[in-house]
Amino acid sequence: MLNARIRSRIFQVAAGIAAVSPLLVLLFVAGVLVMDAWPAFKFQGFSFFTGITWNMGNMYASNPIVHNGVEGAPGATFGILPFIVGTIGSSLIAMMIAVPISLLSAFALVYKIPPRYARWISSAVELLAGIPSVVFGLWGMVVLAPIVANQIGPWLTHFGKVLPFLAGPVGSGFGLLTSGIVLAVMVIPIITATSRDLIAQVPKLPIEGAQALGMTTFESIRHITFPMVRRGVIGAIILGWGRALGETMAVLMVSGNATNYLPTNLYSPISTMASTVAALLDGALTDFSKLSIHALALIAVTLLVITMITNLLARLLVQLGRRDVGTEA
Amino acid sequence: MDTRADSGVSEVSIQTMPSYEMHSYRRKVKSIAVWSISFAALAFVMFIILDILLSVISKGVPGLSLKLFATQTSGIAGGLQNAILGTLMLIVISSLISAPLGVLAGIYISLFAPKRFGAVIRFISEVLAGIPSIVIGYFGYMVMVLQWGMGFSALAGGISLSIIILPYIVRTTDASFRQIPKSYLEGAIALGMTPFMATRTVLLKLATPGVLTGILLAVSIALGETAPLIYTAGWSNFDPNLQLIKNPVAYLTYVVWTYLNEPYNAAHQLAYTAALLLVAIVLVLHLLVRLLQRGSIKHA
Repeated sequence: MLNARIRSRIFQVAAGIAAVSPLLVLLFVAGVLVMDAWPAFKFQGFSFFTGITWNMGNMYASNPIVHNGVEGAPGATFGILPFIVGTIGSSLIAMMIAVPISLLSAFALVYKIPPRYARWISSAVELLAGIPSVVFGLWGMVVLAPIVANQIGPWLTHFGKVLPFLAGPVGSGFGLLTSGIVLAVMVIPIITATSRDLIAQVPKLPIEGAQALGMTTFESIRHITFPMVRRGVIGAIILGWGRALGETMAVLMVSGNATNYLPTNLYSPISTMASTVAALLDGALTDFSKLSIHALALIAVTLLVITMITNLLARLLVQLGRRDVGTEA
Repeated sequence: MDTRADSGVSEVSIQTMPSYEMHSYRRKVKSIAVWSISFAALAFVMFIILDILLSVISKGVPGLSLKLFATQTSGIAGGLQNAILGTLMLIVISSLISAPLGVLAGIYISLFAPKRFGAVIRFISEVLAGIPSIVIGYFGYMVMVLQWGMGFSALAGGISLSIIILPYIVRTTDASFRQIPKSYLEGAIALGMTPFMATRTVLLKLATPGVLTGILLAVSIALGETAPLIYTAGWSNFDPNLQLIKNPVAYLTYVVWTYLNEPYNAAHQLAYTAALLLVAIVLVLHLLVRLLQRGSIKHA
């Protein structure tokens, strides 16, 4: 018996130690990144976030320039505004496409599709969520980019007189719009599944009552279901947005990889923060002053902070949303 | 007005409701219109899913052959044996690290942890799950590959992947143990079992489908990751040699990403086929998860 007690004690202590591991990992990752990023911030200051020129300088030289006490390669200057614009722009386009489609799909899945079929459709949507991002990238390159370049783009330019941002030239199909559409496809399953789960928890009785009183199905959902799930749905949307902000590979494959260049229209090549880190890390290593690596760390930290904030906000809202429909205390 | 101030979600106050005409044609038309758009949206989503699957299948199938599994990549052509084995090795390493750690952590926060502590760890796991994978890739590169001297290696790649999948395993384990009524654990302890025995004999059996689901999902995430591996696992034209450090390994997602940018048809074909293999494995894992979930519903 004593033996069993000791074994149980050991198990509980081991489990307790394991439970701290996510915290330790997070602190370690964040700590390393912040320390790595610090010299770049000291070198560049806040112009890091507002500059549009990213130049790692003459990396093979041996005469470092010193700025604010930090050594950098001659000519080095780090401005990430184009990457920030690319990240926010592509993710916003993604949300403009994904949000209405996902929400309408979620409502239809819960209220209009017979459960037998709804289960299959939901399963397919969840499968979409599990597809590797390089496969989305492949689809974007091979299928979507030509469609954007030859059909969607030219059609959208007709609206260029009203909205100059939509005017041509359309270019190769690799750029802001294609990135946005690929990201939309990637976040649709997240928003759809999360909001479908919330909507399914809304009690049926008030809805049936409203319909009995003469409301149409749309009105009953508009006035009863929607107010109950609103907070949770906003949470689901922000969750999807966080995913779009941090996506690397799919964007890297279809964005056209522009540097030092702010998008001039919907079809311009872009780079996002995540894709830039992936694309430039290799080259940054050859910088004798190591400053380029620190600058990439600073991009990673910026991205980390942004996605942390969006994630926290989203989780909080989804949690509150679950409370709104009464599934979780 | 007061009734509305209270978060505005639990009740619909009468004042906020528009007044509707009793027998309005327009209302019915509007309802039908909105639902039609919803169906169209859903149909669109299904169309995209089908289009992605069909384009991957139609482009990937011509490259399938037995040779593909038996030869290694060479330059821009050859087979995928090295990538398949490398992916397998990375998944095994990351699961060996994350599964025990994550399952133990999930058990602890669902059964034994003080409420506050459990909430904090749950929260931290969500934050960890939200970190973009390239950030983990950067971390792995700077710390493991360079500082710790692992070089491009299976271990550096495996640990990076394990950081990414850990929170998913914690979350699903936690959720499946929390679904079991508290009285089971209390009853078992009242009968004289130690918490460990109670967990192992009574609870684990009930939670197993959920825990396995979580691990399978984690495997499917690990399988599809690229960004954390580019700078940790590297790439090799040869089969993995079971050396954990200083030996780069190949993996399937790398083929999809890089070979598409090569100007050769043979390279493109290899990329399509690698994508097909990835999708096929994800599909199988997805079906397994479905089966497990159905099993656990029957069981409960």
